Amino acid sequence: MIYLHLFWEFMKIGLFAVGGGMATLPFLQRLSESTGWYSQSLITDMIAISESTPGPIGINMATYVGYSVAGVFGGIAATIGEVLPAVVVVVIVSKYLEIFQESVLVSDAFYGLRPAVTGLIAAAGLRVMQTSLFRAELFRQTGFIPDFFDFRKLLYFALVFIAVRKWKKHPVIYIAGSAAAGIILAF
Amino acid sequence: MFRSLLELYLIFFRMGAVTFGGGYTMLPILRREITQKRNWMDEEAIMDYYALSQGLPGIIAVNVSVFIGYRRRRVYGAVAAALGIVSPCVVIITVIAACLSNFQDNVQVQHALAGISVCVGALILDAVLSMWKKGVKDVFGAVLCFAILSLSLFTRLSPVLLVVGSALLGIWMGRRKKEAL
Repeated sequence: MIYLHLFWEFMKIGLFAVGGGMATLPFLQRLSESTGWYSQSLITDMIAISESTPGPIGINMATYVGYSVAGVFGGIAATIGEVLPAVVVVVIVSKYLEIFQESVLVSDAFYGLRPAVTGLIAAAGLRVMQTSLFRAELFRQTGFIPDFFDFRKLLYFALVFIAVRKWKKHPVIYIAGSAAAGIILAF
Repeated sequence: MFRSLLELYLIFFRMGAVTFGGGYTMLPILRREITQKRNWMDEEAIMDYYALSQGLPGIIAVNVSVFIGYRRRRVYGAVAAALGIVSPCVVIITVIAACLSNFQDNVQVQHALAGISVCVGALILDAVLSMWKKGVKDVFGAVLCFAILSLSLFTRLSPVLLVVGSALLGIWMGRRKKEAL
């Protein structure tokens, strides 16, 4: 039963993705590899849409993936699956709030978790860039090294990155701008 | 009881429907709705919930909502808040995903999506840099970060394993540092 399977997979993501919405990304990429339910390029579409619509990105991504795999109820199953562990964990933590806040064990665990999550998301980002900035297919056919790089896109990437760092505007602005740039420059 | 649960559901429903990006973008609305308008708890309590939520599994916006819901009406309040923040997203995203799959064969849409995917890479890189600034404090952190990055890229190890392993490693290193003092 696909709904139960979706629910189960997203429950695991909800339980182990520590550090907010973007932290679910490496899990979603791994899920795409292990199940073949959706493609890596769907993941980039999903991030763009999740960032440009209201609501927390993590929930939006779960709904989007669930919907793509199994329609409306798939979206619901994935979303509830992802949220359920958080509800249980937060309720338990609320009960023992003081103990939790002062626990050395917990703060030590985060001493390792924070860098690890940074590394995981960086790897996920590199995988996104690999499909959007480089032309592995063309390179495999021609064997000509410059063919591997999509120079126009790399240049555009550098410009967007500088703009993001410099102005720190809402992501939706850069996404809308890049959609227009994609059409004008025929990416 | 039912009315107060409905009120909780509706507050978080509105929040899910109007905040872009989740997490900290919710904070101004939370402050107005929870502290200023209803005086349910002070701002410090909300900030504590944010700090805790970052360290817990799950999406930060949902975790904060569940904390506030639980404080108001225990487990029922927690569930009402979680459902509230999730429902508008499910509706909006489902509609968009349904529309998009009808457009995807269009060449212009493909160009637009290609442009967007370049931008998404830049946004993720930006997120990684700010996480690095906040979370990587010393050599141990830097080494662990690059180790996890390479393991994730070049092996098929599950992220679950990497997350659990790093937490244990953090506990072990934390102990060693305290013993050394």
